Amino acid sequence: MSERENIIRIENVRFAYGERPILDDLSLTIRRGEIVAIMGASGGGKTTLLGLIGGRLTPSTGRVFVEDQNVPALSKSALYTLRRRIGMLFQFGALFTDLSVFENVAFPYREQTDLSEDMIRTLVLMKLEAVGLRGAAQLMPSELSGGMARRVALARAVTLDPSIMLYDEPFTGLDPISVGIIGRLIKRLNAALGMTSIIVTHDLNETLRLADRVIVLSAGKVYCDLAPDDIRVSTDPFIRQFADGLPDGPVPFHYPARDYVGDLLAS
Amino acid sequence: MKADPISLLTSLGHAVTSRLDRLGLAARFALAVFRVLGVVFLRFGLIIRELYFSGVRSLSIVIVSGLFVGMVLAVQGYEVLQRYGSTEALGVIVALSLVRELGPVVSALLFAGRASSAVTAEIGLMRATDQLAAMDMMAVDPLARVIAPRFLAAIFSLPLLAALFSAAGVCGAWIIGVKLIGIDDGAFWSQMQASVDVRIDIVNGVLKSIVFGVAVGLISVFEGFFAVPTAEGVSTATTRTVVTSSLAVLLLDLVLTVMMFRGLN
Repeated sequence: MSERENIIRIENVRFAYGERPILDDLSLTIRRGEIVAIMGASGGGKTTLLGLIGGRLTPSTGRVFVEDQNVPALSKSALYTLRRRIGMLFQFGALFTDLSVFENVAFPYREQTDLSEDMIRTLVLMKLEAVGLRGAAQLMPSELSGGMARRVALARAVTLDPSIMLYDEPFTGLDPISVGIIGRLIKRLNAALGMTSIIVTHDLNETLRLADRVIVLSAGKVYCDLAPDDIRVSTDPFIRQFADGLPDGPVPFHYPARDYVGDLLAS
Repeated sequence: MKADPISLLTSLGHAVTSRLDRLGLAARFALAVFRVLGVVFLRFGLIIRELYFSGVRSLSIVIVSGLFVGMVLAVQGYEVLQRYGSTEALGVIVALSLVRELGPVVSALLFAGRASSAVTAEIGLMRATDQLAAMDMMAVDPLARVIAPRFLAAIFSLPLLAALFSAAGVCGAWIIGVKLIGIDDGAFWSQMQASVDVRIDIVNGVLKSIVFGVAVGLISVFEGFFAVPTAEGVSTATTRTVVTSSLAVLLLDLVLTVMMFRGLN
């Protein structure tokens, strides 16, 4: 395959919440058409990374290029123009609870386009059919299971056929069947719509089946950037701890604390 | 632990600066909301829904409360007026009290408890469940789509609710005064008609409710928008909306009353 263009370039980005540094001089690139999984310990800056790409967060230093535009420097209207080409699936779907499934998926069309009601109906039903929930069009979000809600949110996120999809922990809290369904949908949509997908996740099995590349973050930096097969056979202690779910290792079990005996005896 | 003067001073300073910080945040938020108001007028359908939820659904509590307040005013007013033998002035007393003060103030307080608290909780939960973030990522400005319509609904509905409150109150006073106590029907209405001035009483009363609508509406959307996204955070924000709105209404009422009615006659 020929050299593909870099659709996302993150250059020397630093980000901190107050005093607590999250990302420390992070650089990475993502090529058009890839499915990239971002992994790492909780609180390690994975979701922050999605926030930076989507322009919801601003880095303290460094540059974030999405389709050759430096996101932190964009005006609000330019950012909104860019975001029409970015879809995002939130951790628990973030469906609008006052709108039906149909209206949730129709929302981007109603807000961003001048399509006729007939056209919107057709398009929404097509999107819902793609995630297998055309029959649930008239239900309210509160009547859906977690897996169904995630699929509706996925349909809503791809309504405007984005070129980039951001997934924030798409598998969390789902049963194994739903995890499989969502995983399959992500892969299929990526191929069918020619998208680039970035998945923040903890689900290693599904990730290794799905992703072209796995980026592991640690201490605010890229710890490694490997193909799924290389992760499986890696002997690196940090990656092994992660892959095998070991409680203690390079990532300590204990939150930093003072000496245990000293703490117990102190009064 | 003994409190040393330095830590007392720093905690005092922190209390002051954090409140000033929040006030500044509120001012910047208000400016941002005002900037998108124009867009919202083009999509009036969004406001209609909020008018229904905030305004129409507050009708019953406002009208019933108005009726009771008017009745109580009639009983108390009659008791005082009969000492001076001027019970026909009951209509005037009740109408002026309602139109100038109780209508705008009590309906604003009721609105804060009935509608604004619900708006804060709704927006806070939308934030907690990432609905506002999702909207923002879909390139739809939550300020224009969610915040501004709710803010405008408060400004539109409060003057109307206050008018209904006053009208219900006058009816309540008429039931007590004319029907039960037996004040002369004609005197009740004609004295009221002669003494209530459109410019001084009614316009000023409406102006008050518009100002209260701005304050209460802004407080409710601000608290919701910046609610800490947890169950506790949303409940705190809801409480704060009711408390802050009530205090703001009473303080603004004092200021407005002094500006409007000082030096009349």
